Amino acid sequence: MAIKTKRSTKIAVTCLGWGIALWLFFPIFWMILTGFKSEVQAVSTPPKLIFAPTLSSYAEVFERASYWHFTFNTVIISVGATVGALLLAIPAAYSMAFMPSKRTRGTLLWMLSTRMLPPVGVLVPIYLLARSTHLLDTCTGLAIVNMLTNLPIIVWMLFTFFREVPAPILEAGRMDGATRWQEMTMVLLPLALPGIASTALLSLILCWNEAFWSLNLTSSNAAPLTAFIASFSSPEGLFFGKLSAASTLAVAPILVLGWISQKQLVRGLTFGAVK
Amino acid sequence: MSRLKTACTLAVLLSGSVLSTAQAAGTLTIATVNNGDMIVMRQLSQEFEKAHPDIHLNWVTLEENVLRQRVTTDIAMKTGQFDVVTIGNYEVPIWAKQGWLTEIKPDAAYDINDVLPSVREALTSDGKLYALPFYAESVMTYYRKDLFQKAGLTMPDAPTYDQIRQFADKITDKSGQVYGICLRGKPGWGENMAYVSSLANTYGAQWFDMSWKPMLTSDAWKKALTWYVSALKEDGPPGVTSNGFNENLALFASGHCGIWIDSTVAGGLLFDPKQSQVADKVGFASAPKGPYGKGPTWLWSWSLAVPVSSHQGTDAQTFITWATSKEYVKLVADRKGWVAVPAGTRASTYAAPEYQKAAPFASFVLNAIKTADPSGQTAEPRPYTGAQFVGIPEFQAVGTQVGQTVAATLSGQMTVDQALTAAQSSVTRSLRQSGRAK
Repeated sequence: MAIKTKRSTKIAVTCLGWGIALWLFFPIFWMILTGFKSEVQAVSTPPKLIFAPTLSSYAEVFERASYWHFTFNTVIISVGATVGALLLAIPAAYSMAFMPSKRTRGTLLWMLSTRMLPPVGVLVPIYLLARSTHLLDTCTGLAIVNMLTNLPIIVWMLFTFFREVPAPILEAGRMDGATRWQEMTMVLLPLALPGIASTALLSLILCWNEAFWSLNLTSSNAAPLTAFIASFSSPEGLFFGKLSAASTLAVAPILVLGWISQKQLVRGLTFGAVK
Repeated sequence: MSRLKTACTLAVLLSGSVLSTAQAAGTLTIATVNNGDMIVMRQLSQEFEKAHPDIHLNWVTLEENVLRQRVTTDIAMKTGQFDVVTIGNYEVPIWAKQGWLTEIKPDAAYDINDVLPSVREALTSDGKLYALPFYAESVMTYYRKDLFQKAGLTMPDAPTYDQIRQFADKITDKSGQVYGICLRGKPGWGENMAYVSSLANTYGAQWFDMSWKPMLTSDAWKKALTWYVSALKEDGPPGVTSNGFNENLALFASGHCGIWIDSTVAGGLLFDPKQSQVADKVGFASAPKGPYGKGPTWLWSWSLAVPVSSHQGTDAQTFITWATSKEYVKLVADRKGWVAVPAGTRASTYAAPEYQKAAPFASFVLNAIKTADPSGQTAEPRPYTGAQFVGIPEFQAVGTQVGQTVAATLSGQMTVDQALTAAQSSVTRSLRQSGRAK
């Protein structure tokens, strides 16, 4: 009886897991499918599951906009912001995790609270700053904004990962004569690498998908893939096919990257969860 | 050492991206929306670059509301990111009064008198022209000839709203997913409120009196909104509060609407067999009239303007003159066919027999635009112009606020009376806050 219950529970949990996974994946599946429909098919009621696929939307997307230009900008901005954020966040998290002061907790909470401010609330000052520093419509400007936006989350994540590293290991390093820099780079970082990798990946994904600042601080030269997608929305005329094709092209690289590194990502996210 | 190399590489990459963004002299940045006519302009702009080798064109295509927000920020802060902007006749007079737009003085070869007077006037402020029209639109009624024939009905050339309602009742077949009438229901100043304001005008309603006191609780507003809510609830498609221009276009094009009252620009799309499954069954008539019959009438034009913040105003004017010229119309006709030429702006386009042949709705559109009068007389004197909008800066916010209240009547959250009372108080508050009303 006990085995029976266990089996049925297992089946129910499996079904629930699959159900949730399919429910979450359905919008992406529908977007990919719509990209292969004609504009009329894309808006037909009831929606069509079986249809003659066409590449016309993809052809138009490639004809109208330079996909590679937008992708290059996105890669530069995302990688630049992530590298910059890690360079700042690793020493910050290291000091907070291993040399906490009475203000550490308050500082961490204050950093996180900046994420609660709606971005539009600081649009004008950021725009003015970008204008006066000649960083409007530059990859550098957007990378800096993305870096600063994601910094609180990155510091928090790294702080959590670093705290899982036993302090005696670092002490042992110090006993052997390691400097603070060597202790951080040669002892701590290799131990926390899965956590750092998953933090970097999360930062990359956040930068890749960021739309508000991309649309407001860039126009043509530094416009990333989010601006590329938005350019296919039309106030007059059918556009769902082209929009879906553009969206599929925009999410494809980061989706593939996430797929390849999912083992690392899960390992990083569960790092230290079980002692 | 390797760390230093990585840091240097990153620095070079990032600084490279800064350097690459420095705008070359002679490069015009054009902010536009993703409409069919704009896409054609972008494709054919290579001809302009060939004729003007010193001018290079850089295109920025944005979603309509993002475009407004970006361009407003750019002009207000004098950043000079855009040299040519695509805006409507709602923005032109407001921005011109703010001193944001450069006055346009086309030469004799441009033949400004060929531009339809109503369109030209809508882009003029204090006697000065501030934008050139790329294409223009008014409002008309589209209907399915086959459904009307089956029901034994005849659509008059100039129907009334009472007739439209009767026709919609008769051709609705909800089991067959054919809905008698499709109208804009999606909240927004440029979505449901464009249609509802236009409907209200012909019922004798208006937004404000001469002291900027809202008149939304008037009997005329109540009658107009009651017609709208009742028609859509009984004969409209499901989920009407999600339907804007595009959604209704898709519904009509896929055979689910019997009647659709909307922009004249839909004609070219509905008659195109590539985009419409009912291309051979579409009939058209004038926009319906309500009990008042007169009132301001719908006019919208997507126009090209040069912001004062542009550092290359002369080149920008050269471009917009080319893109709205008779020569451009001919270029489109040669390359894409007459049906693809930008509509609603030039008398010479409508005089061309090839265009009349390619676009059976041409004379209707011409008549609708020629007679369109955004400054038309309302039942009582009014301090503003505009038919489907109110020509004041506050209208974007106010119109969207009221649009949400109107949508609530369709979803059954509010009655017409409740919605109008709520709209009256929210608009009163907004106008007091802005200092326009006391």
